[in-house]
Amino acid sequence: MIGMAISIALLLFAAAMLLAAWRLLKGPDILDRVLALETLYTNAIAVVILLGLKFATQVYFDAALLMAMLGFIGTVVTARFVGRGDVIDHD
Amino acid sequence: MTPAELPRWLEIPISVLLIFGGFTALLGALGLVRFRSFFTRLHAPTKTSTLGIGGVLLGSMVYLSWISELAVIHQVLIAVFVFMTAPISAHQMAKAMLDANPEMRPPLPDSGLADSPRIGNTEAPASHTGQDHDQIGPASQRPAHD
Repeated sequence: MIGMAISIALLLFAAAMLLAAWRLLKGPDILDRVLALETLYTNAIAVVILLGLKFATQVYFDAALLMAMLGFIGTVVTARFVGRGDVIDHD
Repeated sequence: MTPAELPRWLEIPISVLLIFGGFTALLGALGLVRFRSFFTRLHAPTKTSTLGIGGVLLGSMVYLSWISELAVIHQVLIAVFVFMTAPISAHQMAKAMLDANPEMRPPLPDSGLADSPRIGNTEAPASHTGQDHDQIGPASQRPAHD
């Protein structure tokens, strides 16, 4: 039963990632694409955790933690670059 | 490899948590696709994806703790990190949108202080619109929002 629940949750997250990928391709603004990438990152973390559950191992945990950090940094840097034209304030 | 056997009283809450997380993430992505303006689209996935990932992490924490017979709390790291950083990145995206399109910024509400002699009669204008800040970035060169 728990294997079936993991499979259903994987399917739901895959559907969510498909919808986010549609928004990533369609736009219309740059920040819409940044937001879609952030959603893809968050859902991919959950997918990695669920795969770790499916194979009953903990080696996927590090990958999930790395993806959480890189997703946050990438989103903030891209948003600042789009909004201000610069990542770090110089004045 | 099939997942390990669990007692029924533990199997049901874990399954409910995992499927709840999946449904919540799907709702957020649906809002990302369906909503009309950028700020409503920003609202949908940044809130729901943290809840979805929280459900999945809680379920995996209970499950791995049971099958490895010791408390597995590594997932708390990811949960705390995601819960702290998701509002920050959403805020950065909203700020970037307002910096790029200053006409989308809503007007300040009337505070009722403009008539008071202490604030209303100074040389500087009472309503600061932040224009000197907005002229720095490439907002003027940027094409208008679609």
